[in-house]
Amino acid sequence: MAKYVGARQKRVEDPRLITGNARYLEDVQLPGMLHAAVLRSPYAHARIDSIDTSAASRLPGVVAVFTGQDFADLNPLPCAWQAGGVTNNANTPRVLEIDKVTHTGMGIAVVVAEDRYAAEDALAHIEVAYSVLPTVVDAKKATEAGAPQLHENAPDNICMTWECGDQDGTDRALGASDVVIREHLTNQRLIPTAMEPRGAIGSYDPGTEEYTVWMTSQAPHVMRLLMTAFVMGIPETKMRCLSPQVGGAFGSKIFLYPEYPMVAVLAQKLGRPVKWTESRQENYIATTHGRDHQTDFEVGALRDGTITALKVTTYANLGGTLSTIAPGIPTSLYGSMLSGTYKIPHLHCQVYGVYTNTAMVDAYRGAGRPEATFVIERAVDLVARELNLDPAEVRRKNFIQPEDFPYEPASNLLNGLAYDSGEYEKALERALEQVGYREFRQEQQEARQQGRYLGIGLSSYVEICGVAPSKWVGLPGEGWGAGLWESANVRVHLTGKTVVTTGSQSHGQGLETTMAQVVADELGIPIEDIEVKHSDTMSTPFGYGTYGSRSAAVGTIALYNSVQRIKEKARKLGAHMLEASEEDVVYQDGNVFVKGSPEQAKTIQEIAGAAAVAYDLPAGMEPFLDDTAYYDPPNCTYPFGTHICIVEVDTDTGRVEIKRYLSVDDCGPVINPLIADGQVQGGITQGIAQALYEFAAYDDSGQLLTASMMDYAIPKAEHLPHFENSHTVTPSPVNPMGIKGIGEAGTIASAPAVVNAVVDALSPFGIRDINMPLTPQAVWRAIQEAGR
Amino acid sequence: MQKIPITVEVNGRKASREVEPRLLLVHFLREALGLTGTKIGCDTSQCGSCTVHLDGMAVKSCTVLAVQANGSQVTTIEGLGNGELHPMQQAFWDNHGLQCGYCTPGMIMTATKLLEENPNPSDEEIRDGLEGNLCRCTGYENIVKAIRAAAETARGGS
Amino acid sequence: MYPEAFSYHAPSTVEEALALLERHGDDAKLLAGGHSLLPAMKLRLSGPTHIIDMKHLRGSLDYIRDEGDDVAIGALTTHRSLERSELLRGKLPVLAETAGCIGDMQVRNLGTLGGSVAHADPAGDLPAAVLALDAVLVAQGSGGTRTIAAGEFFHGFFETALEAGEILIELRIPTLAAGSGSSYQKFFHPASGYAVCGAAAVITPDASGNVASCRVALTGVSEGAYRATAVEEALVGKPFSEELAAAAAEHAADGIEPLEDYFADATYRGHLAKTFVKRALLTAWERSG
Repeated sequence: MAKYVGARQKRVEDPRLITGNARYLEDVQLPGMLHAAVLRSPYAHARIDSIDTSAASRLPGVVAVFTGQDFADLNPLPCAWQAGGVTNNANTPRVLEIDKVTHTGMGIAVVVAEDRYAAEDALAHIEVAYSVLPTVVDAKKATEAGAPQLHENAPDNICMTWECGDQDGTDRALGASDVVIREHLTNQRLIPTAMEPRGAIGSYDPGTEEYTVWMTSQAPHVMRLLMTAFVMGIPETKMRCLSPQVGGAFGSKIFLYPEYPMVAVLAQKLGRPVKWTESRQENYIATTHGRDHQTDFEVGALRDGTITALKVTTYANLGGTLSTIAPGIPTSLYGSMLSGTYKIPHLHCQVYGVYTNTAMVDAYRGAGRPEATFVIERAVDLVARELNLDPAEVRRKNFIQPEDFPYEPASNLLNGLAYDSGEYEKALERALEQVGYREFRQEQQEARQQGRYLGIGLSSYVEICGVAPSKWVGLPGEGWGAGLWESANVRVHLTGKTVVTTGSQSHGQGLETTMAQVVADELGIPIEDIEVKHSDTMSTPFGYGTYGSRSAAVGTIALYNSVQRIKEKARKLGAHMLEASEEDVVYQDGNVFVKGSPEQAKTIQEIAGAAAVAYDLPAGMEPFLDDTAYYDPPNCTYPFGTHICIVEVDTDTGRVEIKRYLSVDDCGPVINPLIADGQVQGGITQGIAQALYEFAAYDDSGQLLTASMMDYAIPKAEHLPHFENSHTVTPSPVNPMGIKGIGEAGTIASAPAVVNAVVDALSPFGIRDINMPLTPQAVWRAIQEAGR
Repeated sequence: MQKIPITVEVNGRKASREVEPRLLLVHFLREALGLTGTKIGCDTSQCGSCTVHLDGMAVKSCTVLAVQANGSQVTTIEGLGNGELHPMQQAFWDNHGLQCGYCTPGMIMTATKLLEENPNPSDEEIRDGLEGNLCRCTGYENIVKAIRAAAETARGGS
Repeated sequence: MYPEAFSYHAPSTVEEALALLERHGDDAKLLAGGHSLLPAMKLRLSGPTHIIDMKHLRGSLDYIRDEGDDVAIGALTTHRSLERSELLRGKLPVLAETAGCIGDMQVRNLGTLGGSVAHADPAGDLPAAVLALDAVLVAQGSGGTRTIAAGEFFHGFFETALEAGEILIELRIPTLAAGSGSSYQKFFHPASGYAVCGAAAVITPDASGNVASCRVALTGVSEGAYRATAVEEALVGKPFSEELAAAAAEHAADGIEPLEDYFADATYRGHLAKTFVKRALLTAWERSG
């Protein structure tokens, strides 16, 4: 009987967080620790002619000042996910740049001082001579003739040209369609903005020649691998990486950043620990951004609303250099998902990955899938609009049906994978019913007569998550540079207290709770007896970390499998203790007993004790209940659902107010509804933010205009509606728990729901599209241009 | 370098230090006194992660100099509950009002003041009252719920 | 972010503060609530070498007093005190309303009227209300005090009529004529909370429903807050109606080149000026009588 799984279990990690006792990176103090501040390029494109650090070095409190030359023996950072099957003209940052910068905020020099005020003071005394070069910030313009060239190995600033699907078939199908609708979409650049900025602390033990690096990372094992084997050229075993409490990430803390190996090397050079933490301004100019697509698409349809083909061309802005997995985002995680929830017989997607004089772009919550969902969900609405059909009806008409699973999107879009399971129409119908769709249409008509503009927007999404199958990501078409399985270790100690270590990394998701819930139910012990530990390469098995909504569908399944093996061993030992034959005993709710005789049971605590003291074990059995599992699933998982947004537009100011927001998500069985709803709510918020509020604005010289929280509009409580969340449950056949993942679904679904609603509200003006973000000015201007 | 002696009563205990005039209150609390529960999330007084109570008022401790707090009383997240969970802390726990937890200390410090002034706020008043605190994880749904629940508890409701 | 080093002074009297200002000239900055100055210092956009903290002057410059024809408000009165003052809510409600639109609770707890007005941020809220209320500003210098009419105080981008070595110590605001209505309508920047456009209006009707007098001021639109006199002229002496308000509001940005930034270009800001002036007029009229 499941006691914990499925329950609204309060989080076990919360007491330390609500009392101020959690230890984030900024809170870690080491004896003798020094503080580093990085001098960053104020120019977006420049040659570094000379750097004079002498004045800065002489300031009180300053211990040392270093430039790129001092790190010249280190390799540039690696790009670990290059777009599959094509040439990637890869250019990555160095720990500190030596002769050239390609975006503002690249590190040029570092001051190490006794305290941070002194380090910051010294930055102003470093003299750098730059030769400023012409800049380009727009991805499409960067590929045009005459554009400034960023890298010699990337003609026309093109990093990679990637495609998926069937171009000829798609062109033919478009030609045979009753209608073809063309549209240009902007999926603007966003700044992830975890509340906790990034940071790192390095220390070095000259006796053992070992480095320890604390950092704000979603993937400490991967960081260790990349830093040691790729950047520093030392054995992986000579470094320990730890993520302490991490204050949100949303993708931005997956990657290897220059400052991480930098603090390690500084600690070794100076013989004292060195801490670096970024300001919010640095976070905005020097941490990765997300999205930034310009897309043109053509969608073909028959008069009855049947979609015949989708052809997409996207310019993906990758920034001045490549971040760790940048090319994989607008390719494998984007083009592959453009079929959405629909049976589209012909698809083709062409992607140009482009260098520009802007901050690096990499995964940000959803990573590719929000961009794909935005294209297809806008396309479906445009089809409905063109054919004067109800957008819900067009969705129904084209949905992949339950009996179609496993469903391989046409044109081999998914490179051999297939959607696992889904009941797309059920989620849509439930959402329509909950929102009162028909009644709303009535209300909308009445409101229009009073000069009020209400609109409703649907978004029926499917996403790919639990990113794993190593054999898939390792295919030539996908280009991932490593595996993507996940690990877990379970140890039941002599006292029955259980420690779980995982290769996953919790930074707000509540994994310490959800993983404990699974172990408690499976093992049949109280949740209080379980400690879930993560994020330390010394004490956890190698794992790839937490991103891509993979810690339930991959990380937790590794844990589940490990517990099954623990149970099996406990069952065998229990049989021995009961002097019964193995075939006759069962493991149930923490007890081992002979079938039919539960009153004579050995508890898991007794069995763990017997295993640990090992006085009397069955022949050949090793002591202790300890198991490590490595789980590499056969497929990804594919959560889905429908979100509905209702807005009212103030046509005088262009301001959009969200009146209602409703979600029906299906992530399979839910481990903890409290946490799952929280993930959905936070996810929806980031999609609403993209639709209405957030955008990273660069001027033509590559200066970020939205480089502070005074300018970049993270939504406040007053900007958001109450969320009405519910679920349908369609288990995934991919894993034994049937779970799919819910970390990114909200973000993937929500932006198109909001945009569709605004466009619906403004349809009386003849408006069929407004590019994101739908700021008041953009909406007002669209109304002006449409005329009344 | 000028150093100024200051005495601040923090969480009921007097702390005296000599500080540089430019030291921010948040750094005084975190680094001089080791009270790291108060967080820093922006440079520009937007995010509210650093909110503490200064002489009974919610303030952003990143925008106050330590010398300005000389002679004042400060309460931080560590001192809010007097060794137990404050009802607001309990409400955040019960209602899943936090995810990564980084904004949470400041959010809770603001929320307690919000209820002091308006013990029976509507959802809209709660949302307006949180205009100086940013959360990136929750979408505020459960923060609003937690504050409503704390208000109910304070009124003796269930 | 960390401010540059400075010397710190905490004078006990205005006279001491004036002496420090005189001694240190441009190297010194007055610190009131600090919510404009300290962020600028942390970003190293401002690097004064002397800070003159006004905290000990609160005893003498933090007050809201009913003086019959005027309400006198000390320069160190916080936004929070303005917002919550029963006296203001009764006599000068638009000032309380405007103060309540500033920043957030934490900012309002420390930010001061005098600091905000003297800083003259082009997107600050209070300058609009101060203009619409036709306040008189009292400045003290080494030679004594002088008064400056609000209409002559704001000189554009962070510039005011205050001389070097002068401190704004008080605002005197004439009590509104009986039956007046007032309103501050603001378009909040979604990130900063500053005014992309803010319009303050005070209208006094006469017995027959005509506009007897009216003052309208805007902030956020131009390099400094300004009185929209063309709007006022289009209203005075005429019977108030929504159409009249709309027509008058069309003059909200007459002679103004609206500011332009990544969030709102000049055309849109000019449009907002008209829209928010109209809204302020309608609300003020509704509250009149």
